[in-house]
Amino acid sequence: MAATEHGGSGFNIHPMDQFRVEPLFGGTEVHWYTITNATLWMALTVIAVSLLMVAGSRGRALIPSRAQSVAEVTYGFVRKMVEDIAGKEGMKYFPYIFTIFLFILLANLLALIPTSFSSTSHIAVTAVMAIGVFVTVTVIGFMKHGAGFLKLFWVASAPTVALRVVLAAIEVISYFVRPVSHSIRLAGNLMAGHAVLKVFAGFAGALGVGAVIPIVAITAIYGLELLVACIQAYVFTILTVVYLNDALHPGH
Amino acid sequence: MEGNIAEMGQFIGAGLACIGMGGAGIGVGHVAGNFLSGALRNPAAAGEQTATLFIGIAFAEALGIFSFLVALLLMFAV
Repeated sequence: MAATEHGGSGFNIHPMDQFRVEPLFGGTEVHWYTITNATLWMALTVIAVSLLMVAGSRGRALIPSRAQSVAEVTYGFVRKMVEDIAGKEGMKYFPYIFTIFLFILLANLLALIPTSFSSTSHIAVTAVMAIGVFVTVTVIGFMKHGAGFLKLFWVASAPTVALRVVLAAIEVISYFVRPVSHSIRLAGNLMAGHAVLKVFAGFAGALGVGAVIPIVAITAIYGLELLVACIQAYVFTILTVVYLNDALHPGH
Repeated sequence: MEGNIAEMGQFIGAGLACIGMGGAGIGVGHVAGNFLSGALRNPAAAGEQTATLFIGIAFAEALGIFSFLVALLLMFAV
């Protein structure tokens, strides 16, 4: 990725430097209103999503153009996923889920552009999305079922009452760990992938002529990262739908 | 041979935390392998179960990511 830029510098490049949040227009302090590289790349993600969907839905041709078929396939894919897992009631929340999917997918893919900034590799970004999902799902569950939503924690099919109490404790803990694992999974995967790319770039800088080997490795890892970017967007979305389904149909 | 013993502990701890990633590797391989053996027995039912496959992989993988995170925290945040 950055092998040629750092030529000769060897191990001086630090694999975690790429995740540093820096103000775009001078200065070093970061306030809540400072425009940083994270802001820039998240804005670019939003623009990319809008462009894809606007360009895709403008023609409405019977025989779709390339942009239109990308938009249609993505839409159909997420729609089928929501329908299969959460059922007809889940379709009410489809716009929210589709937005999450497109944002994460495009953010992951834009982060793979060399020298770009990977916004979804920051736990701050993914945690906001995961906490949003957690709060939304909990509110939906209580609004739809009232106190009946608590049945989610009570495994009525377990044989004895003592076992049910133990299971209830485990279920409560696992319910509250959800936003943690939900956010860290996405951020950790992205961060690990980008750090590995940078580590191999450091090898390429140190080896001189032998740099061909790490560059080939970087190309292969890049392909893998392309796959990971799509799979992680899919996984984040599908877990959102699974949690939504738990809220819509609690009980075991 | 001189240096900070706390720093040494950090590096050793980060290395030890990475053992957890091996566990995640075993878990993900187990999920995918069992899915494949099931899918080869009954290919007709396999297509509908890919979502379940990915959910299983995601849950198994999350714990490996946790250990990776512990390693990162030891290296950069402690």
